[in-house]
Amino acid sequence: MRPDLDIVASLVCSGQRVLDLGCGDGALLENLINERECSGLGVERELDDFHACISRGVPVTQGDLEAELPRFSEGEFDVAVLSLTLQAVRHPDRVLTEMKRVAARLVVSLPNFAHWRLRATLAVRGRMPVTDSLPYQWFDTPNIHLCTIRDFESLARDLGLGIDRRILIDATGNRVGGLANRAPNLLAERAVYSLET
Amino acid sequence: MVSGTGVGVVETRRAVVFSGDRPLTLASGASLPEVEVAYETYGELNADRSNAVFICHALSGDAHAAGIHQGDDPNRPGWWDNIIGPGRPLDTDRLFVICANVLGGCKGTTGPASTDPATGKPYGLRFPLIQVRDLVEVHRALLRELGVERLLAAVGGSLGGMQALQWSIDYPEEVDGAAIIAASARLTAQNIAFSAVAREAIMRDPDFAGGDYYGKERRPDPGLALARMIGHITYLSEESMREKFGRRIQDAEVPRFGFDVDFQVESYLHYQGQSFVERFDANTYLYMGRVMDYFDPFEDPVYVQSQISRGETSFLVLSFDSDWRFSTEHARVMASELRGAGGTVTFQEISSPHGHDSFLFADPPEYHRTVTSFIDRLAGQRGIGSRGDA
Repeated sequence: MRPDLDIVASLVCSGQRVLDLGCGDGALLENLINERECSGLGVERELDDFHACISRGVPVTQGDLEAELPRFSEGEFDVAVLSLTLQAVRHPDRVLTEMKRVAARLVVSLPNFAHWRLRATLAVRGRMPVTDSLPYQWFDTPNIHLCTIRDFESLARDLGLGIDRRILIDATGNRVGGLANRAPNLLAERAVYSLET
Repeated sequence: MVSGTGVGVVETRRAVVFSGDRPLTLASGASLPEVEVAYETYGELNADRSNAVFICHALSGDAHAAGIHQGDDPNRPGWWDNIIGPGRPLDTDRLFVICANVLGGCKGTTGPASTDPATGKPYGLRFPLIQVRDLVEVHRALLRELGVERLLAAVGGSLGGMQALQWSIDYPEEVDGAAIIAASARLTAQNIAFSAVAREAIMRDPDFAGGDYYGKERRPDPGLALARMIGHITYLSEESMREKFGRRIQDAEVPRFGFDVDFQVESYLHYQGQSFVERFDANTYLYMGRVMDYFDPFEDPVYVQSQISRGETSFLVLSFDSDWRFSTEHARVMASELRGAGGTVTFQEISSPHGHDSFLFADPPEYHRTVTSFIDRLAGQRGIGSRGDA
């Protein structure tokens, strides 16, 4: 499993009902179902990933998460996970509000657009940054709502989401500490949040 | 596209599954002294009897799901041939596939046209009202005859999906996976309204004779044909009808302007109605209509939860975007109720132009691809070799 998914998994308790929005090939849910006795449901739009979920035995709804989210009942899940997907949805604020409605806790990870390397590329080269964390050209990127750590925390506050934990990671998903904790918005490539509703 | 050569020549067999001191007690409390079942099987049951897949058929289906009968036109195989056979989604190189005509049917299984042992005459409307549950009990009795205790999967479209659903609710420990396709867990008022008109068409036919038309010169053919025509309209999408027929005139360039059949779509519906009466029994149509109208498997949520939460069955719920008989909303409600009861449910709405009938088609390929992924996963869990290994 991807290292950043390990971190996401560590924020989910055993036996919880987990909704994984944009669940990809279902690796996270498979791990949570088999190792942690969670029950889960994935939502995935891409067909190859949808089939990978079926092959892993991960229950999944094929479709667009923004269309599917409003169909779930209030409090249907203990945890709603959105891993590296917030920046690709059409209405990030609505998605977070809907997640808050269907689950007691949110686990959200995101790329930080204020990381110094991105800032430097933009400042020095005057071009939209292409990095390991954000490997797309501006014209073909699915990431239509990139934000910074500071932006996200401000939105979370506005939506009444309390930041329970924040784990800073690099582009390969490994934890970063030390200096990064002092200036996360400049030094962390990604952040994983556990949010209370 | 349909792959492989299919299962070849097959035959329908029969088994008496209830009789004598072992009558069938129905969910209603009524009983049937004797039940015979017509069925077909494809592939071989493996040594640990873990590879059985049961096909539940829809309203007008029968046991002949795949292959051809001796002497039949090879281009007209069983009704679900495109999904059953070597290399097909229900791969008979490694799966043992069973299909049986339902209780109340008219294709070899005991139904209203069968002889009532008490009177020596056909049951007609004295045949008891039956429920999806009863259909399942008869399937299970057949499996006992075949030495199958557990299904790898129960698979069905429309009324067939309802049986797969009921089966996994009532006996979750007997069903590894249920593929419920283009089905509903609760008919809407609109569904019941269509069903009512079809029933009236049959019962108001002067030759219906209260259901006792067997052996008589005239049967309620016009009524049954009309019922089928109404039903058929609900099976197709507006798009598929427009593509197939448009406003074209049958056998002519210009309209004849009159009350006889003129448009191609009218001619098609007439043909559907006429060919149906040659192969179907009006009383069975009435009984199956009612089986669907009254179907409500989630009526007792406490029972369903206690059954489903045992977590034995994986569910696959599929719908088609052009199906307006059992629209995607039906499937979503079903998936949500199953999940609410603790079930593990995979759901997909497939884009297809064929309306409710989509479940019978091999295209678009995404449909069979999903069924294949689901069945392969179940087979893998039971240690049944992967495709091509057999």
